[in-house]
Amino acid sequence: MRRKLSLIPVLLMALISIGAVPPAARYPSPIELTVSPDGARLYVLCEGTDEVVAVDTAARRILRRIGVGRVPKGLSIAPNGKRLYVTNSWSDSVFEIDAGSLTVIRTLPAGFEPNAAMADRESRFLYVANRISNDISIVDLATGQEVKRLVAGRGASYLAMSPDGSRVYCTHIYPLPGGFRTPLESEITIIDTARLEVIERPRLHNVAGVFHAAFSADGRLGLVAQLRPKNLIPLAHVEHGWVMGNSLAVFGEDVGEVVQVPLDELDRYYTPPFGVAIAPDKSTAYISTTGSDSVTVIDIARVLSFIAATPAEARRSLANDLSASSNYVAARIQVGHGPKGLALSPDGRQLYVANRTGDDISVIDTAERRVTGTISLGGPATLTSERRGEQLFYSARFAFQGHFGCANCHLEATFDGLQWDLEPDGFGKDIVDNRLLEDVADTAPFKWNGANPNLETECGPRTEKFFYRSQSYNGEELNDLVAFIKSIPLRPNRYRRADDELTAAQERGKAIFLRTRRKDGTPIPRSNQCGVCHSGPHYTNQKLADVGTGKATDRSPLIDVPQLTNVVLTAPYLHDGSARTLEEIWTVFNPNDTHGVTNDLAKDELNDLIEYLKIL
Amino acid sequence: MRSKGVKEQRSRHWTSGHGLAGRPRRLCLFLLAASALVAADLPRFRWENFSTANGLPDDHVFNVCVQGDRVWAATENGLGLYQNGKWRVFTPADGLAHRAVLYVAPDPRTGDVWVATMGGLSRYSAGRFDTYTQLNSGLPNDVVYGVSVQGPYVWVATAAGGGRLDTRSGEWSLFNERNTPMYEIWTYAVHATPSKVYYAVWGGGVLEYDVKTERWKDYNDPDGETEMVVLKDQGLIHEITTSVSYAEKDQILWVATYFGASRYDGRNWHNFLDIDSGLPSNFLNQVRAVDGNRAWFSTDKGLAYYDGENWAVYRPALDTHAPEMLVRDKVGKVSRIATETAPAHHYILGIDFQGDDVWVATARGLSHGIRIR
Repeated sequence: MRRKLSLIPVLLMALISIGAVPPAARYPSPIELTVSPDGARLYVLCEGTDEVVAVDTAARRILRRIGVGRVPKGLSIAPNGKRLYVTNSWSDSVFEIDAGSLTVIRTLPAGFEPNAAMADRESRFLYVANRISNDISIVDLATGQEVKRLVAGRGASYLAMSPDGSRVYCTHIYPLPGGFRTPLESEITIIDTARLEVIERPRLHNVAGVFHAAFSADGRLGLVAQLRPKNLIPLAHVEHGWVMGNSLAVFGEDVGEVVQVPLDELDRYYTPPFGVAIAPDKSTAYISTTGSDSVTVIDIARVLSFIAATPAEARRSLANDLSASSNYVAARIQVGHGPKGLALSPDGRQLYVANRTGDDISVIDTAERRVTGTISLGGPATLTSERRGEQLFYSARFAFQGHFGCANCHLEATFDGLQWDLEPDGFGKDIVDNRLLEDVADTAPFKWNGANPNLETECGPRTEKFFYRSQSYNGEELNDLVAFIKSIPLRPNRYRRADDELTAAQERGKAIFLRTRRKDGTPIPRSNQCGVCHSGPHYTNQKLADVGTGKATDRSPLIDVPQLTNVVLTAPYLHDGSARTLEEIWTVFNPNDTHGVTNDLAKDELNDLIEYLKIL
Repeated sequence: MRSKGVKEQRSRHWTSGHGLAGRPRRLCLFLLAASALVAADLPRFRWENFSTANGLPDDHVFNVCVQGDRVWAATENGLGLYQNGKWRVFTPADGLAHRAVLYVAPDPRTGDVWVATMGGLSRYSAGRFDTYTQLNSGLPNDVVYGVSVQGPYVWVATAAGGGRLDTRSGEWSLFNERNTPMYEIWTYAVHATPSKVYYAVWGGGVLEYDVKTERWKDYNDPDGETEMVVLKDQGLIHEITTSVSYAEKDQILWVATYFGASRYDGRNWHNFLDIDSGLPSNFLNQVRAVDGNRAWFSTDKGLAYYDGENWAVYRPALDTHAPEMLVRDKVGKVSRIATETAPAHHYILGIDFQGDDVWVATARGLSHGIRIR
């Protein structure tokens, strides 16, 4: 025994010496689930382990684990129950799985970062919502070929089909591009499945961050889970409820126009709403609220009568009246950590909830409205610091009244496409654009003006003081949170060729990025060369610079040089989001060549530069 | 060598060419009968005209686009959509790039339309406008004269060259004097098909892009930029091109210029002038191919149709403004046929087809030609 033990350090040393590292712990992280038409099987999509887990619902036992592509995000079952569709968001593909043999039978095409896929009733066409390319692929299931792609809103992410199969509804994680500091607008993209065309785009006013949609069995009622960020006013008003509204968009023949109703209460918030399920008898709706570790139960008859009794004019501001929820919220059911996807059994008696950061499934008896069982999905027995930090990141329990958490703005640990007025320095001062969190570990300092030397400062006292307005993380928790943020992986770049060779335009753009002389031959000062400030592995020299893009409302013109990795994803740009596109950084906000020398470039040369930036 | 003066002389002959005095009576009867037969074969229309009085955004209509049961009117003061008997008007307040709309092209796969304006390019999709400008995107220039959709690519003709947007990646590729044989960058129209893309370059002839080889080729007037026709049928009729239309199935290119029309079969050119064809004028705003033999021409003196042998012109008469149809048969004989209706004006800017019907953009309203059987 002693001899064996003594071998362990030797083996570890050997591993280290050859550069091998033990694989990082992988947690299942269930994000979506669906039930077979007969209710016998539950299928769970685990984005952390890249697999679909088939569960026997009667025995509550795992039947099989089916490996899928990278970071799967969407799962659906064909109406006939014979096929499962899984979107592999980092592989830009969809896997078709035979529900009988539980094997992957073919790979289908998709756009950039497919997040949801859904077959029509006859299994003729598959609809795929592509988050990064902001569109919806239509794939002919007979040929396996993509036949067309329809333009969606920004961040197309979730799909729902009307019960009669005539319409597909797509919702979006990001708002539509809009003007600087203007009210938010999102849309529901509605596709006519006979024409395979978008026929309508109803707007969701003051909404950004829209998640799942669901329909009643009679098709007369639709519900959408959504956020109402209040980003135009300083984030100093947590106590007034002016940070984040959690609500439902109610639409369909039962209500006529789209009406938004709150899920929150006057002194408690349930955030962010993600999954939606409606009981087969249309009595009840269930909404998962990830940061609150709960499921909100809505009495549908009461919410419809409440809306009907509300004067038309008052309906438009109903989402801001937090007292309204007492009229239709029937219950709040505590579930596991980070609930995401929901699915009802065909008879509506069981509600399954995917607890993403808990790695299990809560089974709710819908009559009793309580959790009656938990199905573990396995995974490491102990939690790493990064995993504990991930749980903290998705939790809203630290903010005053459970108002919001990190993941409310850094949606799915990324960004929200919004510009925030973060500090109590007056309305409209120090506006800051929300940046991508991927690849930030080695990019100190932090904050738009570089005021925070490390992530502990950025996420600790700053969060406590300005955001949460409450005693938040202790030392260990803060370490865990920072460990998680540093571990957020960088998603693949879609604009770089698979062989890493540059296209002709990217090659020309790279030469412009790295140039040291103007086109007339005169030298460009080092401080004004793109490749000097945006240098190193993350394309930042991690220093402050005044590039002339500061605003009169900023406390300082000095701006932290941002990293450029995957910069193409995060429009708008500049520290305050005033440039709506990469082009506007130079066509609008660089009149004096203070943010790099660009005014000697022809239009096609500027296009080349942007093609290069897109691959960073 | 024929001078411009000669063209005008022959043109007058065209407008009064139905007199048959001095010819043998038998021949006259034969020709009249033949013209009647020709007229019967050429399409005839009952014209319904739209103006601001019944909902059109503006009477100055630059182009028209038919998309199933929807008709889009590109006008000087907004984009009009005619559907179910009603007009809907879009302006910059709705998100349209600019009020002066020059061209509209459908995306046959998605059902969207792309709108070329004097202030950028807009995509209209189910009620939403997305606008591309030279400041917020890779669009070469805000003055967009033409647009054409080719699968996932959108081709544009602008005052600063051509451009192609890959709607899947967002990449803009620009085409100008630096990477094509385009010596003049004022592109006026573009027609993109799966195999070829053609640009009408105003003052620069025609530019061809071969999709397979990704190579460019230019076609120019062999006698230069002169308005004189020195070498007829030996090349493009004139450098000032305004429109191109490629009949892909027959591999025939039709070109409109301000000085006549051209047809190119890949080897031979055939040019059409008012002096020797049924064109009512050499000033052409647009050509639309039906196929390799048939085409419609928008001219400043009426709407012309060529069926490969015979010509028809539809217009209000230039002098009396009475509705008329002129027919020119293959031997050059002309008949003037009085009709009950005519397009809204003889100055024609654009045309599109709706089954057997035609829609015509004129300087004084939009016209719907309903085919008479």
